[in-house]
Amino acid sequence: MLDSTDSYVTEDGRTIGGVVMEMKNITLRFGGVVAIKDISFDIREGEIRAIIGPNGAGKSSMLNVISGFYVPQDGEVLFHGKPRPQMKPYEVAQQGIARTFQNIALFEGMTVLDNVMTGRLNKMNSGLLAQAIWRGKAEQEEIENREKAEKIIDFLEIQHIRKTPVARLPYGLKKRVELARALVSEPSILLLDEPMAGMNVEEKEDMSRFILDVNDEFGTTIALIEHDMGVVMDLSDRVVVMDYGKKIGDGTPSDIRNNQAVIDAYLGVAHD
Amino acid sequence: MTQTSEGVNGLTSVPALLQRNAAEFGDKAAYREKELGIWQNWTWSEAADEIDALALGLLTLGVAEGDFIAIIGRNRPYLYWAMVAVQSVGAVPVPLYSDASADEMAYVLDHCGARFVIAADQEQVDKVTDVQGGLSQFEQMIYLDPRGLRKYDHANLHQFSKVQDAGRAALSELMPELNRRREALNYDSTCVMLYTSGTTGKPKGVVLSNRNIIETSRHSSEFDSLSAGEDILAYLPMAWVGDFIFSLGQAYWTGFCVNCPESVDTMMTDLREIGPTYYFAPPRVFETQLTTVMIRMEDASPMKKRMFDYFMAHAKKVGPAILDGETVSGLDKLKYKLGDLLVYGPLKNTLGFSRVRIGYTAGEAIGPEIFDFYRSLGINLKQLYGQTEASVFITQQPDGQVRSDTVGVPSPGVELKIAENGEVFYRSEGTFVEYYKNAESTADTKDPEGWVATGDAGFIEEGTGHLRIIDRAKDVANMSDGALFAPKYVENKLKFYPNILEAVVFGAGKDRCTAFINIDLTAVGNWAERNNIAYASYQELAGHPRVLETIQEHVETVNKSVAEDPMLSGCQIHRFLVLHKQLDADDGELTRTQKVRRKIIGEKFEDLVNALYNGSPEIYTETEVTYEDGRKGEISATLEIRDAAVVPVTASKIAAE
Repeated sequence: MLDSTDSYVTEDGRTIGGVVMEMKNITLRFGGVVAIKDISFDIREGEIRAIIGPNGAGKSSMLNVISGFYVPQDGEVLFHGKPRPQMKPYEVAQQGIARTFQNIALFEGMTVLDNVMTGRLNKMNSGLLAQAIWRGKAEQEEIENREKAEKIIDFLEIQHIRKTPVARLPYGLKKRVELARALVSEPSILLLDEPMAGMNVEEKEDMSRFILDVNDEFGTTIALIEHDMGVVMDLSDRVVVMDYGKKIGDGTPSDIRNNQAVIDAYLGVAHD
Repeated sequence: MTQTSEGVNGLTSVPALLQRNAAEFGDKAAYREKELGIWQNWTWSEAADEIDALALGLLTLGVAEGDFIAIIGRNRPYLYWAMVAVQSVGAVPVPLYSDASADEMAYVLDHCGARFVIAADQEQVDKVTDVQGGLSQFEQMIYLDPRGLRKYDHANLHQFSKVQDAGRAALSELMPELNRRREALNYDSTCVMLYTSGTTGKPKGVVLSNRNIIETSRHSSEFDSLSAGEDILAYLPMAWVGDFIFSLGQAYWTGFCVNCPESVDTMMTDLREIGPTYYFAPPRVFETQLTTVMIRMEDASPMKKRMFDYFMAHAKKVGPAILDGETVSGLDKLKYKLGDLLVYGPLKNTLGFSRVRIGYTAGEAIGPEIFDFYRSLGINLKQLYGQTEASVFITQQPDGQVRSDTVGVPSPGVELKIAENGEVFYRSEGTFVEYYKNAESTADTKDPEGWVATGDAGFIEEGTGHLRIIDRAKDVANMSDGALFAPKYVENKLKFYPNILEAVVFGAGKDRCTAFINIDLTAVGNWAERNNIAYASYQELAGHPRVLETIQEHVETVNKSVAEDPMLSGCQIHRFLVLHKQLDADDGELTRTQKVRRKIIGEKFEDLVNALYNGSPEIYTETEVTYEDGRKGEISATLEIRDAAVVPVTASKIAAE
């Protein structure tokens, strides 16, 4: 068993570091409904960590706990070894956590470039007045941020839609734009909520390649929720499996593939 | 053949032209490329420095004179530099199609025995790595974009910029050698080797000398009085001879600027931003642009639509005449000016054609409506006829003598003759040296006197001296009753409809003609949307009864027009079907330059061809398709076969011929 500070090298040559985030005995309730029941797992630096499970297993709730949007009634989230206090969304972003959403949450009327630029908002320090007259620091900041945005646009190969309003884009591209907006804030942890939902095979392949490239190129730690088992098994280093709010498996893709509890949950057995 | 002096002012190689340009136009832009949303600029002297650095770097890697170096990637300044750097060290650049599959690349790399490969990115590196086991002469690879390649084994893999750095570091040591090699180049040394796409069989390596390229560039630049002030957009495959002539030959001869798009998908935006003055596009591009314009006009407000229709009708009437400098009444001229202000100008600006002084199209026949549309807007679009073996130019249209049904008069320095069977022959200083390692094919194509068979049948029009091409010589055949069968002639008429992307006509040795049709997804898809026709796939749309009805109308109109030509009236289409898949180069149905491979299609879809002739109303078929990543799959469909009305042809008419 690895210690929380140990690091190791994967088969494909990536270095996975120590634990950056640890979920300890998390329980989340909405009134009488228990969405997450006593779940513990950790996320290591530089790894791709998947959370899978059937519909209603509590995956999205779990992601919301990780992102700090939901505060669990029991248990605690340790970030870099320290308990994390309740935070506002911008404070989460400032900690270097970015996310995408299951049902795309972009500004539909704005162009791709403007949408991506919003991801840089919390990196801008110049005042309202400076930005309005666009002098000095504001101008310099805008240029720096635009360069960052352009690098991500180049990285995700969306140059051709740079000036296109998001509303006019097909679904697969919108997903990519959302990823761009998350990436441009230079997160250390990236949370992806069903990045491949509703995509065709080709779009899924593109998205998988981008996720791997992001992890490889920027060393970003990625936690993702996904339905498509094939994708999850190919992409991730470790997988957490949830069913009815409980953790029923945790390990490498091959461990999970041979886990009886997981097979039962996916193929279905009679619940007593 | 006329022998000219050995190069003008001793400029007998492309590297020599580069040095002249660096001296003469040192501060003028030579290359531009959009990067991270901003146009980057390199002057001729900067380009010369970059090329020298790379050439020196190639020396440090041990490139020998006479080596073949493959260059694979989309149009980027760095890769153009690579070509000239390779030439500078006495090696031969071999640009390859970047969308070629690994197997296709393996054939070419093996055939030319490339020791080095310069690849654009991870995708190309992967392809070469996949096949390098079978390549005995392959040694090292240079890549341009490091993304995704950091963890690759770098024993035989070098980053482009690092090679340049190594070259710069070895400047004092290796410069004498570079100069020696550069000076050893002469008019007869090989400038480039280009592989022909090969409508038949394996690709052949066409060896072109400095004489071929420079003389052709000189003649063609003078023909259109190209100057150092031109801007072109380099977006066509680097492996294609046209791009080599336009973006390298002519650019180096005249010293104009080559602009490279940001990515393949941004070409249209980049075109608009650059506003080239000299522009080449195959008919397909012009067709697509026109289709886009028409689709967008359908969605425009009624006022705009009426304005567009009104002024376009006027442009059709007087536009070409104004462009050719003919006299037009004052009122018409005034109206055209107003139209230019309100419609033509903004439209040209949207298309990126505001500054186009000379535009060319070639490769396939262009529809008269499409051709006239652009000319009526005041865009000087002309046709040329050429091939790789001729360093492009065989014939081209001079200003003021432009028509859609001819390909123009012989280019300067080109002689033409028509053989008895109608095949067109030419000879010129652009005529290729040989097919590499293929003396047999060379002898078949080029006779001892230097005449080259084009493989196309055509005739020279009396009076004007313009060449008209009918079809590929080997495709022109007879039907069972002896009537002339020229499939391309009919296919082109069909393809002029925006709804029809591709057509393949059968009928050689048969009693009547039949056809496969490919619908154009953009045009038909938009039509379906406007008519509330739901469809889930290409296949479903292609088989929709209302689509079939529309296509049938087109076929019948074409039949009427074909019937008017007594020689070709037998080529009317009796039965047709709409294919369930788009013909694709990945499936071997088209060449990489998007030309139909008639024979392969006939064999692959034999069941469908049989069904066209045996009278069955529909046929079930299964077809293997290749996905972009090389995996194969299968699709199946039941296709409806329709009969089209034909205009009766009297026997006496045929006899009279």
